[in-house]
Amino acid sequence: MDRLMKVNKSAELAIIDFFRLLLENDRVSGIFTLRKINKDDSVDYCLVTDENRLDEAIPFYPFMPANAGQILSRFSPMNKPVAVVIKPCELRAFIELVKREQGTLDNFLLISYSCAGVFPIIKTGDEPFEKFLPSYWETVKRGGISQGIRQTCKVCEHFLPMNADITISLIGENKLDSECKMFLNTDKAKEFAKDFEGEMLEEDLESPVINSLLTKRKGEKEDLFTELSSKYSGLDGMINIFGRCIGCHGCSRVCPICYCTLCDFESHNYDYSASILEREISQKGALRLPPDTIFFHLGRLIHMSFSCIGCGLCTEVCPANIPVSTLFIKIGEETAKMFDYIPGRNVKEAIPVTVFKEEEFAELGE
Amino acid sequence: MGEVKINNFKPKIVGYLCNWCTYAAADLAGASRLDIKPSINVIRVMCSSRIDQNLILTTFFGGADGILIAGCHPGDCHYDKGNYYARRRYALLKKVLETLKLDPERLQLSWISAAEGKRYATVVNEFTERIRKLGPNPINNNSYF
Ligand code: SF4
Ligand code: SF4
Ligand code: FES
Repeated sequence: MDRLMKVNKSAELAIIDFFRLLLENDRVSGIFTLRKINKDDSVDYCLVTDENRLDEAIPFYPFMPANAGQILSRFSPMNKPVAVVIKPCELRAFIELVKREQGTLDNFLLISYSCAGVFPIIKTGDEPFEKFLPSYWETVKRGGISQGIRQTCKVCEHFLPMNADITISLIGENKLDSECKMFLNTDKAKEFAKDFEGEMLEEDLESPVINSLLTKRKGEKEDLFTELSSKYSGLDGMINIFGRCIGCHGCSRVCPICYCTLCDFESHNYDYSASILEREISQKGALRLPPDTIFFHLGRLIHMSFSCIGCGLCTEVCPANIPVSTLFIKIGEETAKMFDYIPGRNVKEAIPVTVFKEEEFAELGE
Repeated sequence: MGEVKINNFKPKIVGYLCNWCTYAAADLAGASRLDIKPSINVIRVMCSSRIDQNLILTTFFGGADGILIAGCHPGDCHYDKGNYYARRRYALLKKVLETLKLDPERLQLSWISAAEGKRYATVVNEFTERIRKLGPNPINNNSYF
Protein backbone atom coordinates (compact mmCIF):
# COMPACT_ATOMS: atom_id res chain seq x y z
CA MET A 1 0.00 0.00 0.00
CA ASP A 2 1.25 3.46 -0.84
CA ARG A 3 0.75 6.59 1.13
CA LEU A 4 -1.31 9.24 -0.52
CA MET A 5 -2.98 12.52 0.17
CA LYS A 6 -6.51 13.11 -1.05
CA VAL A 7 -7.48 16.70 -1.76
CA ASN A 8 -11.04 17.69 -2.51
CA LYS A 9 -10.40 19.67 -5.65
CA SER A 10 -9.80 18.82 -9.26
CA ALA A 11 -6.29 17.45 -9.89
CA GLU A 12 -5.27 20.61 -11.69
CA LEU A 13 -6.53 23.03 -9.03
CA ALA A 14 -5.08 20.92 -6.23
CA ILE A 15 -1.63 20.84 -7.75
CA ILE A 16 -1.68 24.58 -8.41
CA ASP A 17 -2.61 25.11 -4.76
CA PHE A 18 0.32 22.92 -3.86
CA PHE A 19 2.61 25.05 -6.06
CA ARG A 20 1.33 28.12 -4.28
CA LEU A 21 2.17 26.64 -0.89
CA LEU A 22 5.67 25.71 -2.09
CA LEU A 23 6.34 29.21 -3.41
CA GLU A 24 4.77 31.07 -0.49
CA ASN A 25 6.78 29.11 2.06
CA ASP A 26 9.91 29.50 0.04
CA ARG A 27 10.41 25.75 -0.16
CA VAL A 28 11.27 25.87 -3.85
CA SER A 29 12.89 28.44 -6.05
CA GLY A 30 10.37 27.93 -8.84
CA ILE A 31 7.83 25.71 -10.54
CA PHE A 32 8.54 24.07 -13.87
CA THR A 33 5.30 23.36 -15.68
CA LEU A 34 3.41 23.55 -18.93
CA ARG A 35 1.58 26.78 -19.50
CA LYS A 36 -0.79 28.18 -22.03
CA ILE A 37 0.68 30.84 -24.30
CA ASN A 38 -2.43 32.11 -26.04
CA LYS A 39 -5.92 31.12 -27.01
CA ASP A 40 -4.79 28.58 -29.61
CA ASP A 41 -3.31 25.29 -28.66
CA SER A 42 0.10 26.89 -28.11
CA VAL A 43 1.75 25.60 -24.97
CA ASP A 44 5.27 25.82 -23.63
CA TYR A 45 7.32 24.70 -20.67
CA CYS A 46 7.92 27.54 -18.27
CA LEU A 47 9.67 28.21 -14.99
CA VAL A 48 7.32 30.18 -12.76
CA THR A 49 8.61 31.99 -9.70
CA ASP A 50 5.79 34.51 -9.16
CA GLU A 51 2.78 32.86 -7.56
CA ASN A 52 0.50 35.38 -9.28
CA ARG A 53 1.40 33.80 -12.57
CA LEU A 54 0.38 30.33 -11.50
CA ASP A 55 -3.02 30.60 -13.13
CA GLU A 56 -1.30 30.26 -16.50
CA ALA A 57 -0.08 26.80 -15.47
CA ILE A 58 -1.68 23.77 -17.10
CA PRO A 59 0.47 20.97 -15.65
CA PHE A 60 -1.46 18.02 -17.09
CA TYR A 61 -2.20 19.39 -20.54
CA PRO A 62 -1.75 16.48 -22.97
CA PHE A 63 1.02 17.98 -25.02
CA MET A 64 4.82 17.68 -25.18
CA PRO A 65 6.49 20.76 -26.66
CA ALA A 66 9.96 19.36 -25.86
CA ASN A 67 11.27 16.49 -23.80
CA ALA A 68 11.37 18.10 -20.37
CA GLY A 69 14.15 15.72 -19.30
CA GLN A 70 16.39 17.43 -21.82
CA ILE A 71 15.46 20.86 -20.44
CA LEU A 72 16.00 19.87 -16.80
CA SER A 73 19.48 18.58 -17.58
CA ARG A 74 20.47 22.13 -18.43
CA PHE A 75 19.78 23.46 -14.91
CA SER A 76 23.12 23.80 -13.18
CA PRO A 77 23.19 22.90 -9.47
CA MET A 78 21.04 25.22 -7.38
CA ASN A 79 20.60 26.05 -3.71
CA LYS A 80 16.91 25.44 -3.61
CA PRO A 81 15.12 22.87 -5.74
CA VAL A 82 12.56 23.51 -8.45
CA ALA A 83 9.28 21.61 -8.37
CA VAL A 84 8.62 20.08 -11.76
CA VAL A 85 5.60 18.37 -13.29
CA ILE A 86 6.69 16.15 -16.13
CA LYS A 87 5.50 13.04 -17.92
CA PRO A 88 6.83 9.59 -17.03
CA CYS A 89 8.87 9.29 -20.23
CA GLU A 90 10.42 12.70 -19.64
CA LEU A 91 11.36 11.68 -16.12
CA ARG A 92 13.00 8.52 -17.42
CA ALA A 93 14.91 10.62 -19.95
CA PHE A 94 16.11 12.81 -17.14
CA ILE A 95 17.30 9.80 -15.14
CA GLU A 96 19.26 8.59 -18.17
CA LEU A 97 20.83 12.03 -18.44
CA VAL A 98 21.73 12.10 -14.75
CA LYS A 99 23.53 8.79 -15.30
CA ARG A 100 25.52 10.54 -17.99
CA GLU A 101 26.36 13.36 -15.60
CA GLN A 102 24.12 15.76 -17.47
CA GLY A 103 21.93 16.72 -14.54
CA THR A 104 21.46 16.62 -10.79
CA LEU A 105 18.53 14.99 -9.03
CA ASP A 106 18.95 17.23 -5.96
CA ASN A 107 17.83 20.15 -8.04
CA PHE A 108 14.26 18.97 -8.26
CA LEU A 109 11.12 17.89 -6.53
CA LEU A 110 9.96 15.45 -9.17
CA ILE A 111 6.22 15.31 -9.72
CA SER A 112 4.72 13.07 -12.38
CA TYR A 113 1.44 11.36 -13.07
CA SER A 114 -0.21 8.34 -14.61
CA CYS A 115 -0.08 9.48 -18.20
CA ALA A 116 -2.81 8.86 -20.73
CA GLY A 117 -0.72 10.19 -23.60
CA VAL A 118 -0.37 13.41 -25.53
CA PHE A 119 -1.52 14.86 -28.83
CA PRO A 120 0.80 15.34 -31.79
CA ILE A 121 2.52 18.62 -32.53
CA ILE A 122 0.26 20.63 -34.77
CA LYS A 123 1.71 21.11 -38.21
CA THR A 124 0.52 23.45 -40.93
CA GLY A 125 -2.90 22.41 -42.09
CA ASP A 126 -3.57 20.16 -39.11
CA GLU A 127 -6.77 20.71 -37.26
CA PRO A 128 -6.31 21.87 -33.68
CA PHE A 129 -6.84 19.02 -31.27
CA GLU A 130 -8.84 21.07 -28.79
CA LYS A 131 -12.03 19.47 -29.99
CA PHE A 132 -10.72 16.12 -28.72
CA LEU A 133 -9.98 17.41 -25.22
CA PRO A 134 -13.36 16.80 -23.54
CA SER A 135 -13.45 13.23 -24.80
CA TYR A 136 -9.76 12.84 -23.90
CA TRP A 137 -10.47 13.52 -20.24
CA GLU A 138 -13.48 11.21 -20.28
CA THR A 139 -11.24 8.47 -21.67
CA VAL A 140 -8.65 9.13 -18.95
CA LYS A 141 -11.30 8.48 -16.32
CA ARG A 142 -12.26 5.22 -17.99
CA GLY A 143 -8.68 4.17 -18.65
CA GLY A 144 -9.09 3.89 -22.40
CA ILE A 145 -6.91 4.97 -25.30
CA SER A 146 -8.06 8.38 -26.44
CA GLN A 147 -8.77 9.25 -30.03
CA GLY A 148 -6.21 11.52 -31.64
CA ILE A 149 -3.26 10.90 -29.31
CA ARG A 150 0.15 10.06 -30.72
CA GLN A 151 0.87 6.57 -31.98
CA THR A 152 3.82 6.42 -29.54
CA CYS A 153 1.50 6.99 -26.58
CA LYS A 154 -0.99 4.42 -27.79
CA VAL A 155 1.72 1.78 -27.46
CA CYS A 156 3.55 3.13 -24.39
CA GLU A 157 3.82 0.66 -21.51
CA HIS A 158 5.65 2.83 -19.03
CA PHE A 159 2.90 5.32 -18.33
CA LEU A 160 3.25 5.04 -14.56
CA PRO A 161 6.14 7.17 -13.37
CA MET A 162 9.35 5.62 -12.07
CA ASN A 163 11.37 7.65 -9.58
CA ALA A 164 8.82 10.42 -9.00
CA ASP A 165 8.77 12.01 -5.55
CA ILE A 166 5.07 12.63 -6.02
CA THR A 167 2.73 10.77 -8.37
CA ILE A 168 -0.64 12.23 -9.22
CA SER A 169 -3.15 9.58 -10.10
CA LEU A 170 -5.15 10.53 -13.20
CA ILE A 171 -5.94 7.35 -15.08
CA GLY A 172 -9.07 5.61 -13.86
CA GLU A 173 -9.97 8.38 -11.42
CA ASN A 174 -13.60 9.06 -12.25
CA LYS A 175 -13.77 11.90 -9.76
CA LEU A 176 -10.92 13.70 -11.47
CA ASP A 177 -12.92 16.94 -11.55
CA SER A 178 -13.52 17.05 -7.84
CA GLU A 179 -10.72 15.20 -6.11
CA CYS A 180 -7.01 14.69 -6.48
CA LYS A 181 -4.89 11.80 -5.26
CA MET A 182 -1.26 12.66 -4.63
CA PHE A 183 0.99 9.72 -3.81
CA LEU A 184 3.88 10.84 -1.62
CA ASN A 185 6.56 8.35 -2.63
CA THR A 186 9.63 9.71 -0.89
CA ASP A 187 10.65 11.42 2.33
CA LYS A 188 11.46 14.45 0.26
CA ALA A 189 7.83 14.52 -0.90
CA LYS A 190 6.52 14.25 2.66
CA GLU A 191 8.79 17.07 3.72
CA PHE A 192 7.65 19.36 0.93
CA ALA A 193 3.97 18.50 1.38
CA LYS A 194 4.03 19.37 5.09
CA ASP A 195 0.99 21.48 6.08
CA PHE A 196 -0.68 20.87 2.73
CA GLU A 197 -4.29 20.22 3.51
CA GLY A 198 -5.68 16.85 2.61
CA GLU A 199 -6.73 13.50 3.92
CA MET A 200 -4.00 10.89 4.36
CA LEU A 201 -4.93 7.47 2.97
CA GLU A 202 -3.30 4.17 2.04
CA GLU A 203 -4.05 2.85 -1.43
CA ASP A 204 -2.34 1.29 -4.43
CA LEU A 205 -1.61 3.36 -7.48
CA GLU A 206 -1.97 0.31 -9.67
CA SER A 207 -5.57 -0.65 -10.21
CA PRO A 208 -7.55 -2.99 -12.45
CA VAL A 209 -8.19 -0.02 -14.76
CA ILE A 210 -4.45 0.61 -15.07
CA ASN A 211 -3.76 -3.06 -15.70
CA SER A 212 -6.36 -3.31 -18.40
CA LEU A 213 -4.99 -0.19 -20.08
CA LEU A 214 -1.55 -1.79 -19.97
CA THR A 215 -2.92 -4.88 -21.69
CA LYS A 216 -4.62 -2.75 -24.35
CA ARG A 217 -1.46 -0.80 -25.06
CA LYS A 218 0.66 -3.94 -25.20
CA GLY A 219 -1.73 -5.32 -27.78
CA GLU A 220 -1.51 -2.16 -29.87
CA LYS A 221 2.25 -2.33 -29.64
CA GLU A 222 2.40 -5.88 -30.83
CA ASP A 223 0.29 -5.01 -33.88
CA LEU A 224 2.46 -2.01 -34.64
CA PHE A 225 5.69 -3.99 -34.32
CA THR A 226 4.37 -6.78 -36.51
CA GLU A 227 3.43 -4.29 -39.18
CA LEU A 228 6.84 -2.63 -38.93
CA SER A 229 8.88 -5.83 -38.99
CA SER A 230 7.41 -6.70 -42.37
CA LYS A 231 9.01 -3.52 -43.67
CA TYR A 232 12.49 -3.35 -42.20
CA SER A 233 14.12 -6.52 -43.38
CA GLY A 234 17.56 -6.21 -45.00
CA LEU A 235 19.01 -3.43 -47.11
CA ASP A 236 15.74 -2.99 -48.96
CA GLY A 237 14.01 -2.65 -45.62
CA MET A 238 16.32 0.16 -44.62
CA ILE A 239 15.57 1.92 -47.88
CA ASN A 240 11.86 1.32 -47.32
CA ILE A 241 11.97 3.05 -44.00
CA PHE A 242 14.63 5.69 -44.39
CA GLY A 243 14.60 6.22 -48.16
CA ARG A 244 12.81 9.54 -47.88
CA CYS A 245 14.93 10.86 -45.00
CA ILE A 246 16.23 14.34 -45.84
CA GLY A 247 19.10 14.05 -43.39
CA CYS A 248 18.10 17.03 -41.28
CA HIS A 249 19.07 15.21 -38.04
CA GLY A 250 16.05 16.76 -36.35
CA CYS A 251 15.29 13.38 -34.80
CA SER A 252 18.56 13.38 -32.90
CA ARG A 253 18.33 17.08 -31.94
CA VAL A 254 15.10 16.51 -30.06
CA CYS A 255 16.27 13.21 -28.61
CA PRO A 256 16.99 13.65 -24.89
CA ILE A 257 19.42 10.74 -24.91
CA CYS A 258 21.51 12.27 -27.71
CA TYR A 259 23.07 14.89 -25.49
CA CYS A 260 26.51 15.04 -27.12
CA THR A 261 27.32 18.55 -28.25
CA LEU A 262 29.90 17.15 -30.64
CA CYS A 263 27.86 14.42 -32.26
CA ASP A 264 29.97 12.05 -34.31
CA PHE A 265 27.44 12.19 -37.11
CA GLU A 266 27.64 15.97 -37.31
CA SER A 267 31.43 15.84 -37.55
CA HIS A 268 33.52 15.55 -40.68
CA ASN A 269 34.81 12.16 -39.55
CA TYR A 270 32.90 10.35 -42.24
CA ASP A 271 33.26 12.76 -45.12
CA TYR A 272 34.09 11.12 -48.39
CA SER A 273 37.21 12.15 -50.23
CA ALA A 274 36.99 12.53 -53.99
CA SER A 275 38.99 9.36 -54.52
CA ILE A 276 36.66 7.26 -52.36
CA LEU A 277 33.62 8.67 -54.13
CA GLU A 278 35.16 7.99 -57.51
CA ARG A 279 35.93 4.42 -56.58
CA GLU A 280 32.45 3.79 -55.24
CA ILE A 281 30.74 5.40 -58.19
CA SER A 282 32.83 3.57 -60.73
CA GLN A 283 31.82 0.32 -59.03
CA LYS A 284 28.16 1.05 -58.59
CA GLY A 285 27.43 3.28 -61.55
CA ALA A 286 25.45 5.64 -59.32
CA LEU A 287 25.55 6.77 -55.71
CA ARG A 288 23.12 8.57 -53.47
CA LEU A 289 24.52 11.85 -52.15
CA PRO A 290 25.10 12.66 -49.41
CA PRO A 291 25.83 9.00 -48.89
CA ASP A 292 25.47 8.55 -45.15
CA THR A 293 21.74 8.65 -44.47
CA ILE A 294 21.34 5.08 -43.31
CA PHE A 295 24.72 5.04 -41.62
CA PHE A 296 23.42 7.83 -39.38
CA HIS A 297 20.31 5.92 -38.34
CA LEU A 298 22.06 2.59 -37.86
CA GLY A 299 24.86 4.24 -35.93
CA ARG A 300 22.41 5.85 -33.54
CA LEU A 301 20.46 2.61 -33.15
CA ILE A 302 23.62 0.78 -32.17
CA HIS A 303 25.00 3.27 -29.75
CA MET A 304 21.97 4.61 -27.90
CA SER A 305 18.85 2.51 -28.57
CA PHE A 306 19.11 0.65 -25.23
CA SER A 307 18.52 3.99 -23.54
CA CYS A 308 15.57 5.02 -25.73
CA ILE A 309 12.76 5.95 -23.38
CA GLY A 310 10.25 6.08 -26.19
CA CYS A 311 9.01 9.66 -25.85
CA GLY A 312 8.27 9.73 -29.57
CA LEU A 313 9.56 13.22 -30.31
CA CYS A 314 11.76 11.99 -33.17
CA THR A 315 8.73 10.82 -35.08
CA GLU A 316 6.95 14.04 -34.18
CA VAL A 317 9.55 16.33 -35.71
CA CYS A 318 10.40 14.26 -38.76
CA PRO A 319 9.46 16.32 -41.83
CA ALA A 320 9.55 13.18 -43.97
CA ASN A 321 6.98 11.29 -41.91
CA ILE A 322 9.34 8.47 -41.01
CA PRO A 323 8.26 6.33 -38.02
CA VAL A 324 11.63 6.89 -36.33
CA SER A 325 10.45 6.22 -32.80
CA THR A 326 8.64 3.01 -33.67
CA LEU A 327 11.88 1.56 -34.97
CA PHE A 328 13.94 2.94 -32.09
CA ILE A 329 11.50 1.60 -29.51
CA LYS A 330 11.50 -1.82 -31.17
CA ILE A 331 15.28 -2.08 -31.53
CA GLY A 332 15.73 -0.46 -28.12
CA GLU A 333 13.66 -3.19 -26.50
CA GLU A 334 15.86 -5.80 -28.14
CA THR A 335 19.13 -4.20 -27.09
CA ALA A 336 18.01 -3.30 -23.56
CA LYS A 337 16.73 -6.84 -23.02
CA MET A 338 20.25 -8.20 -23.55
CA PHE A 339 21.31 -6.49 -20.35
CA ASP A 340 18.03 -6.72 -18.47
CA TYR A 341 18.03 -2.96 -18.70
CA ILE A 342 15.12 -0.56 -18.51
CA PRO A 343 16.11 2.98 -19.34
CA GLY A 344 15.23 5.43 -16.60
CA ARG A 345 14.26 2.75 -14.09
CA ASN A 346 17.01 3.35 -11.58
CA VAL A 347 19.65 6.02 -11.50
CA LYS A 348 22.11 3.51 -10.01
CA GLU A 349 21.69 1.07 -12.87
CA ALA A 350 24.79 1.47 -15.07
CA ILE A 351 24.48 2.31 -18.76
CA PRO A 352 25.09 -1.05 -20.51
CA VAL A 353 28.16 0.00 -22.49
CA THR A 354 29.96 1.29 -19.41
CA VAL A 355 30.09 -2.05 -17.61
CA PHE A 356 30.49 -5.76 -18.36
CA LYS A 357 30.31 -9.16 -16.73
CA GLU A 358 33.28 -11.43 -17.19
CA GLU A 359 31.14 -14.50 -17.71
CA GLU A 360 28.69 -13.05 -20.25
CA PHE A 361 28.62 -13.64 -24.04
CA ALA A 362 30.98 -16.59 -23.79
CA GLU A 363 29.45 -17.80 -27.06
CA LEU A 364 30.93 -14.78 -28.85
CA GLY A 365 34.55 -15.03 -29.83
CA GLU A 366 34.98 -17.93 -32.23
CA MET B 1 24.54 -13.89 -59.62
CA GLY B 2 25.77 -16.87 -61.69
CA GLU B 3 27.53 -19.90 -60.22
CA VAL B 4 30.74 -19.05 -62.05
CA LYS B 5 30.93 -15.66 -60.47
CA ILE B 6 30.53 -17.07 -56.97
CA ASN B 7 33.29 -19.56 -57.60
CA ASN B 8 35.66 -16.86 -58.78
CA PHE B 9 34.68 -14.59 -55.97
CA LYS B 10 37.61 -13.50 -53.81
CA PRO B 11 36.23 -11.94 -50.66
CA LYS B 12 37.59 -8.67 -49.36
CA ILE B 13 38.02 -9.08 -45.64
CA VAL B 14 39.06 -6.41 -43.22
CA GLY B 15 40.69 -7.60 -40.02
CA TYR B 16 40.92 -5.30 -37.04
CA LEU B 17 43.66 -6.94 -35.01
CA CYS B 18 44.77 -6.04 -31.54
CA ASN B 19 48.42 -5.06 -31.47
CA TRP B 20 49.30 -7.15 -28.44
CA CYS B 21 47.83 -10.50 -29.33
CA THR B 22 46.32 -11.18 -32.67
CA TYR B 23 48.60 -8.89 -34.63
CA ALA B 24 51.56 -10.72 -33.15
CA ALA B 25 49.84 -14.03 -33.97
CA ALA B 26 49.49 -12.87 -37.58
CA ASP B 27 53.21 -12.07 -37.59
CA LEU B 28 54.01 -15.48 -36.20
CA ALA B 29 51.79 -17.18 -38.75
CA GLY B 30 53.60 -15.30 -41.50
CA ALA B 31 57.04 -16.09 -40.12
CA SER B 32 56.05 -19.75 -39.82
CA ARG B 33 55.04 -19.66 -43.49
CA LEU B 34 51.57 -20.92 -42.76
CA ASP B 35 49.12 -20.93 -45.61
CA ILE B 36 46.87 -17.90 -45.14
CA LYS B 37 44.28 -16.75 -47.66
CA PRO B 38 45.40 -13.41 -49.11
CA SER B 39 41.88 -12.04 -48.70
CA ILE B 40 42.50 -10.29 -45.41
CA ASN B 41 43.49 -6.64 -45.11
CA VAL B 42 44.88 -6.10 -41.67
CA ILE B 43 44.37 -2.95 -39.66
CA ARG B 44 46.33 -2.85 -36.44
CA VAL B 45 44.59 -1.36 -33.42
CA MET B 46 46.02 -0.95 -29.93
CA CYS B 47 43.23 -2.93 -28.28
CA SER B 48 40.00 -4.57 -29.40
CA SER B 49 38.19 -1.92 -27.35
CA ARG B 50 39.46 0.74 -29.73
CA ILE B 51 37.05 -0.49 -32.38
CA ASP B 52 33.95 1.59 -32.10
CA GLN B 53 30.83 0.46 -33.81
CA ASN B 54 30.81 3.25 -36.37
CA LEU B 55 34.16 2.02 -37.60
CA ILE B 56 32.63 -1.37 -38.31
CA LEU B 57 29.62 0.21 -39.99
CA THR B 58 31.77 2.35 -42.27
CA THR B 59 33.84 -0.69 -43.18
CA PHE B 60 30.69 -2.62 -43.97
CA PHE B 61 29.15 0.25 -45.92
CA GLY B 62 32.46 0.78 -47.67
CA GLY B 63 32.00 -2.63 -49.24
CA ALA B 64 34.00 -5.12 -47.16
CA ASP B 65 32.60 -8.62 -47.64
CA GLY B 66 33.59 -9.70 -44.16
CA ILE B 67 34.98 -8.08 -41.03
CA LEU B 68 37.08 -9.87 -38.46
CA ILE B 69 37.68 -8.33 -35.07
CA ALA B 70 40.30 -10.14 -33.07
CA GLY B 71 42.00 -9.49 -29.76
CA CYS B 72 43.40 -11.06 -26.64
CA HIS B 73 41.49 -13.82 -24.86
CA PRO B 74 39.12 -12.61 -22.14
CA GLY B 75 41.18 -12.02 -19.04
CA ASP B 76 44.36 -11.40 -21.04
CA CYS B 77 43.81 -7.91 -22.43
CA HIS B 78 46.98 -5.82 -22.30
CA TYR B 79 44.88 -3.05 -20.81
CA ASP B 80 43.22 -5.42 -18.39
CA LYS B 81 39.53 -5.22 -19.33
CA GLY B 82 39.37 -3.66 -22.79
CA ASN B 83 38.19 -6.79 -24.54
CA TYR B 84 35.24 -7.21 -22.16
CA TYR B 85 33.95 -3.79 -23.23
CA ALA B 86 34.69 -4.66 -26.84
CA ARG B 87 32.66 -7.83 -26.50
CA ARG B 88 29.61 -5.96 -25.18
CA ARG B 89 29.79 -3.43 -27.97
CA TYR B 90 30.17 -6.20 -30.49
CA ALA B 91 27.15 -8.00 -29.03
CA LEU B 92 25.08 -4.82 -29.37
CA LEU B 93 26.16 -4.22 -32.93
CA LYS B 94 25.39 -7.79 -33.84
CA LYS B 95 21.96 -7.68 -32.20
CA VAL B 96 20.93 -4.59 -34.17
CA LEU B 97 22.15 -6.08 -37.45
CA GLU B 98 20.42 -9.35 -36.63
CA THR B 99 17.12 -7.70 -35.83
CA LEU B 100 17.23 -5.71 -39.05
CA LYS B 101 18.45 -8.76 -41.00
CA LEU B 102 21.50 -6.91 -42.23
CA ASP B 103 23.92 -9.79 -42.80
CA PRO B 104 25.29 -10.21 -39.26
CA GLU B 105 27.15 -13.31 -40.38
CA ARG B 106 29.62 -11.10 -42.22
CA LEU B 107 31.08 -10.16 -38.85
CA GLN B 108 33.23 -12.29 -36.62
CA LEU B 109 34.85 -11.78 -33.25
CA SER B 110 37.77 -14.02 -32.32
CA TRP B 111 40.21 -14.27 -29.46
CA ILE B 112 43.69 -15.16 -30.65
CA SER B 113 46.75 -14.85 -28.45
CA ALA B 114 50.25 -13.91 -29.63
CA ALA B 115 51.31 -17.55 -29.46
CA GLU B 116 48.44 -18.84 -31.58
CA GLY B 117 49.87 -18.33 -35.06
CA LYS B 118 48.32 -21.53 -36.25
CA ARG B 119 44.96 -20.68 -34.87
CA TYR B 120 45.18 -17.31 -36.60
CA ALA B 121 45.67 -19.01 -39.94
CA THR B 122 42.74 -21.35 -39.30
CA VAL B 123 40.40 -18.56 -38.21
CA VAL B 124 41.22 -16.40 -41.22
CA ASN B 125 40.92 -19.29 -43.67
CA GLU B 126 37.67 -20.55 -42.24
CA PHE B 127 36.17 -17.10 -42.08
CA THR B 128 37.22 -16.42 -45.65
CA GLU B 129 35.57 -19.66 -46.74
CA ARG B 130 32.37 -18.74 -44.95
CA ILE B 131 32.30 -15.33 -46.63
CA ARG B 132 33.09 -16.87 -49.99
CA LYS B 133 30.02 -19.03 -49.63
CA LEU B 134 27.94 -16.04 -48.63
CA GLY B 135 28.98 -14.16 -51.75
CA PRO B 136 29.79 -10.51 -52.24
CA ASN B 137 28.47 -7.86 -49.90
CA PRO B 138 25.24 -6.69 -51.59
CA ILE B 139 26.11 -3.12 -50.64
CA ASN B 140 28.58 -3.11 -53.51
CA ASN B 141 25.69 -3.24 -55.94
CA ASN B 142 23.49 -0.82 -54.11
CA SER B 143 23.66 2.80 -55.12
CA TYR B 144 21.75 3.80 -52.03
CA PHE B 145 24.57 3.10 -49.57
S1 SF4 C 1 5.05 8.11 -24.31
FE1 SF4 C 1 3.99 7.29 -22.47
S2 SF4 C 1 4.70 8.52 -20.74
FE2 SF4 C 1 5.27 9.61 -22.64
S3 SF4 C 1 3.59 11.04 -23.04
FE3 SF4 C 1 3.07 9.17 -24.15
S4 SF4 C 1 1.86 7.91 -22.72
FE4 SF4 C 1 2.86 9.53 -21.54
S1 SF4 D 1 13.96 13.86 -38.61
FE1 SF4 D 1 13.30 12.52 -40.31
S2 SF4 D 1 14.19 13.47 -42.16
FE2 SF4 D 1 15.26 14.40 -40.40
S3 SF4 D 1 17.10 13.04 -40.15
FE3 SF4 D 1 15.50 12.23 -38.76
S4 SF4 D 1 14.50 10.61 -40.01
FE4 SF4 D 1 15.65 11.93 -41.45
S1 FES E 1 45.04 -5.31 -25.66
FE1 FES E 1 44.38 -6.98 -26.87
S2 FES E 1 42.24 -6.89 -26.57
FE2 FES E 1 42.90 -5.26 -25.26
